[in-house]
Amino acid sequence: MKTDEAKKYHQIDAVIVGAGLAGLRAALEVAKSGLSAAVISKVYPTRSHSGGAQGGIAAALANVGEDSPQLHMFDTIKGSDYLADQDIIELFVNEALKTVYEFEHMGVPFSRTEDGRINQRPFGGHSSPRACFAQDVTGHVLLHTLYEQCLKHNVFFFNEFQVLSLLVEHDLSRGLVAWDIRNGGLHVFHSRSVLLATGGYGRAWKVTSNAHANTGDGVGLVLAAGLPLEDMEFVQFHPTGLYKHGILLSEAARGEGAYIVNDKNERFMKTYAAAKMELAPRDIVSRSEQTEINEGRGIGGKDYVYLDLRHLGKEKILQRLPQIYDLALNYLKVDAVKEPVPIQPTAHYSMGGIPANARTEVIKDAKGTVVKGLYTAGETSCLSLHGANRLGCNSLQDAATFGRIAGIQMTAFCRENGFNDLPADPLASAQAKIDHLWQKDGKEKHADIREELQVNMTKYMGVFRNQQDMLKMQALIKDLQARYRKVAVGDHGPVFNLDLIEALELENLLSFSEVIVEGALARTESRGAHFRTDFPKRDDDQWLKHTLAWRRDGKIVLDFSKGVVIYPQYQPQERKY
Amino acid sequence: MAKIDISVKILRYQPGKDEKPRWQVFKLAIEDEATILDVLNEIHWQHDGTLAYRRSCRSSICGSCAMKVNNRNVLACETPIHRFGTKLKIEALSGFDIIKDLVVDLEPFFAKLKRIKPYLIVDKPLPDKEFVQSTAELETIGESTLCILCAACSAACPSSWPNQDYLGPAALLKAYRFVFDSRDDGADDRLEIVNDKNGVWRCHTIFNCMEACPKKIKITEYLSRLKVKVVENSL
Repeated sequence: MKTDEAKKYHQIDAVIVGAGLAGLRAALEVAKSGLSAAVISKVYPTRSHSGGAQGGIAAALANVGEDSPQLHMFDTIKGSDYLADQDIIELFVNEALKTVYEFEHMGVPFSRTEDGRINQRPFGGHSSPRACFAQDVTGHVLLHTLYEQCLKHNVFFFNEFQVLSLLVEHDLSRGLVAWDIRNGGLHVFHSRSVLLATGGYGRAWKVTSNAHANTGDGVGLVLAAGLPLEDMEFVQFHPTGLYKHGILLSEAARGEGAYIVNDKNERFMKTYAAAKMELAPRDIVSRSEQTEINEGRGIGGKDYVYLDLRHLGKEKILQRLPQIYDLALNYLKVDAVKEPVPIQPTAHYSMGGIPANARTEVIKDAKGTVVKGLYTAGETSCLSLHGANRLGCNSLQDAATFGRIAGIQMTAFCRENGFNDLPADPLASAQAKIDHLWQKDGKEKHADIREELQVNMTKYMGVFRNQQDMLKMQALIKDLQARYRKVAVGDHGPVFNLDLIEALELENLLSFSEVIVEGALARTESRGAHFRTDFPKRDDDQWLKHTLAWRRDGKIVLDFSKGVVIYPQYQPQERKY
Repeated sequence: MAKIDISVKILRYQPGKDEKPRWQVFKLAIEDEATILDVLNEIHWQHDGTLAYRRSCRSSICGSCAMKVNNRNVLACETPIHRFGTKLKIEALSGFDIIKDLVVDLEPFFAKLKRIKPYLIVDKPLPDKEFVQSTAELETIGESTLCILCAACSAACPSSWPNQDYLGPAALLKAYRFVFDSRDDGADDRLEIVNDKNGVWRCHTIFNCMEACPKKIKITEYLSRLKVKVVENSL
């Protein structure tokens, strides 16, 4: 790495945006090859939201029950409601085992079977106990372990930097520009290759399991660079969000045997998914829950139901699910050993994102034309591995496996390609954004606009959608975007200007939320997590295809010519559990 | 759910404006179930946008929001205001340089972590599948792997305050975590690093770190086990 401090200029082989599982796994791969890898993150790496994942990482190790990658493949296809690309899933399930064994060799403290092997628990939509876990802090230990390995292999870290623009010209990535949050000032990162691993976009909703950081900056950057997004209307709502807070209570609770009950103390999943009960996929459990609530069977007629762990016993709860126990106690004053825990669906996971091929190369159209040197992995990407609905435990595996693949691909690319010229004025677009927000005459507050966006996304773009609601949201976003142009940031100090960062994030939230609404309005069917009460059936004849969306001249342009990769042996069937 | 009136005294420091930190009082009405983080968000979003603090996950796993509230180190996100009543006093963690308001310079904290070689060191050939590790072996290190690097422990440690070279409880806990991992071959190296007046011997078993730890990790106990191991290893 070469750095010119005075000019705030850095020359690095591989620049990785995001320090979660995908970003760190890629950085490790590049650094081990001897090339320079720098991770840019708006938070310290161990603060990344991969650490929030609790229940496990999926791989068909067959340590606990019969299992195979083929079974994992079919479960993932069915879970995706047949929208996932099956070549991607095939690659994924086969690489998954290696990914887990590598983690174990790096020191991850996996929970163990009696004979000392990695323990596995059942998880929603998986037909075998497949979730390799460390109590209920799996994401936390994976993230910390990867960070440790990155320290060992001398990955460079630019902590607390906010990326403001991608330098892409003529389908070639040249680097990017980022704002130094701690000191202020724009930095140019000139690189042979860039990885976008910025995580999910759940912060567009009021009730969400996502961290403050999950504002979809990667998808926002891609849209601003004139590149498309894929399948953005598919957003997963997790059935067991802590009531009012939206904080995640892991599916591991149900994996260990917890029940979900309504006001009449009925395990209502018997009505919706009799065979799988609470371990049906998340889209189905969330819809069932919302139906119970809508039909007046929430607890006391209110907007929540109960997650009941009591029959598991104190020992199992404290040993296997200590984080869940603490969260319920700290946030709701509920002792899960003695009382049921109030829960509601919460915006959780972004199936859509930046389109890429199996090599994690970002593509710019339905034909798969590659933007050279630009890569993406993890939740911000859409390969599409999860299709219309992701299975639990497939996300950590996705981030780690495709993070590794991205690292391998970037290393190969960097060895064959030099540094492309930077644009004439690389700082121009980033500087303009900041200058605009520091204007003096704006009357709008970014906090008010964000609040209005989040409240209404939860209201109109939730578990159940319909045209009327979505049209309201469409008009509202236009209005909020207009108001955003009048936002002024009062704090003009360069150092740790949280006000400025939040205003910059809001631009991304408003930009991709429009894509979500447009895609959801256009897709007149129900598939996976996208459910329309006005079109309640899946429609394979019309809609077995991906959504691509661009922002062009201020408008969202949609394209549905990107087909789904389907193998002859896995033709779409009715999805029952 | 009802709103209550609270008074929040925050130690402010705006670089370039303030010569030294100063107290500022905010009075606001907030839901009685609110957390300290909710209070800070409300002030930042509705009263004073210049207020700076770190936060991310809201669920006590990312470790961003450790700070001092009414003289206790806590994670703002998981701490309800009713724990302290209607008068709050919020300031940055002690023992670190303040960058702005509640944001401290954590670079020294992470640099210390790096000094103890915080990664599994394996000299033996890797197995095809996983290393076999018994549940008892795992339990030896289990609790120590819950550390979220929030720095609440180091900020509560009187041995750390006057001596910036002391490795501090978080880095030493990480050393324990690897020295006692049945898969690790790097103990000799690490024990040599911590066998120093600014290593494990600077811990005077004051127990402040344990009381401050939001994950309730028995840090002092693990550091004592590390001391025993250092002695055993040098015999």
